[in-house]
Amino acid sequence: MFSVDIQIHQPYAATSPFDLQARFDLPAGRCLGIMGASGCGKTTLLHSIAGLLMPSAGVIRSGDSLWFDHKQAIQLPPWQRPVGLVFQDGRLFPHMSVEQNLRYGMPADLARIVLPEVVDILAIQSLLKRKPSQLSGGEKQRVAIGRALLRQPSVLLMDEPLSGLDDQLKQQVLPYIKQVIATFGLPTLYVSHVGDEVAEVADEVLTLAQGQLRQAK
Amino acid sequence: MWTLSPAELDIVLLSLKVAACCVLVLLLPAIAMAWLLARKRFWGHALLDALVHLPMVLPPVVLGYMLLVLLGRRGWIGSWLYEQFHIQLTFHWWGAVIASAVMAFPLMVRAIRQALMQVNPMFEQAAQTLGATPVKTFFTITLPLSYHGVLTGGILAFSRSLGEFGATITFAGNLEGETRTLPLAIYSLTQSPEGDAAALRLVILSVLVSVVALLASQWLERRLIRSQR
Repeated sequence: MFSVDIQIHQPYAATSPFDLQARFDLPAGRCLGIMGASGCGKTTLLHSIAGLLMPSAGVIRSGDSLWFDHKQAIQLPPWQRPVGLVFQDGRLFPHMSVEQNLRYGMPADLARIVLPEVVDILAIQSLLKRKPSQLSGGEKQRVAIGRALLRQPSVLLMDEPLSGLDDQLKQQVLPYIKQVIATFGLPTLYVSHVGDEVAEVADEVLTLAQGQLRQAK
Repeated sequence: MWTLSPAELDIVLLSLKVAACCVLVLLLPAIAMAWLLARKRFWGHALLDALVHLPMVLPPVVLGYMLLVLLGRRGWIGSWLYEQFHIQLTFHWWGAVIASAVMAFPLMVRAIRQALMQVNPMFEQAAQTLGATPVKTFFTITLPLSYHGVLTGGILAFSRSLGEFGATITFAGNLEGETRTLPLAIYSLTQSPEGDAAALRLVILSVLVSVVALLASQWLERRLIRSQR
């Protein structure tokens, strides 16, 4: 079970300062969709879970492992939190090949999720030797998803992974995302401003507005 | 056919040795200082920045003199080095390396710092979410993405060292076969009545060495760019 119960104070947010409150439990294999307009704090929430930002209060727990607890002053740095964060823009390392990107977060010891399986599911076998600059937008996002999976995450965080793609490409990548969620059974948080997209992927959809998560109508 | 005399060859080899060592000696401190100035904000940042750039505005002779006061045989640190380890930097080619390294330091720091500032921090964030510690992130993401700055800095430092005169002659001296690099040798020849022709040969040689060094660095840069594509 992955649990989040945090408050985030963002005094320097790009649009306007806001306080954000997020509370949810995410069992294995379940995908929670979070929908909201641009600037409402969706990325801030994911970055706080990943450890790139610090919430102002609350608790983040993954199974028995406490990632963040404001009262106990526990805050694991991002590199100690096994998250699979797929960024909006993919963020593939431009100086590495696709295979090097995929292997970057792989642990040296026993891995539950292995390279051949990920390569197979995402159909990226033919891309392994290429550089990110030689990939299309859809291919980049598939590689980014693969890289996040090979980190052996205990939670998968997807931050508008299709936002940079046109409708046709979105329809091409979406089935891969659904298959990844179904195959690996990870608790998944899928964030987007497009309602249809979230509804297609997630088991449950919440909306984020005025700093509060609410059940989507 | 234009051939080099053994003495001329010695001068060229010494100059190249000093310039190469200057780059090697500077590499780590320049990267560390560039990172500090580019990525960290702390009290005294502006002062440190100014201190790093000081060799660019101070007369080289002044720096040579300061080095002499610090590292000379009877200098504050130099006397200790000599008493403890019998290391003497003045009148030794390592002294020429130190003098040119001090002069080239700001050039190298500036080049690397600019390159570091161009690296998108989003890649570093991505690396950290993939389990990379800050040290691993620096060596696998930040540094490879700013290699062109390190290369440019290295070329600038190498060229600066090849042309270094004032600080070297003041601190390391003008000792034939030990600290007499190309500019010092040309200067020495122009001081003797029959030295004009020999000085001209060294001037031509100096231009040739610089051109070859620049061509080599451009070739290296092209190779690096190709390997990263």
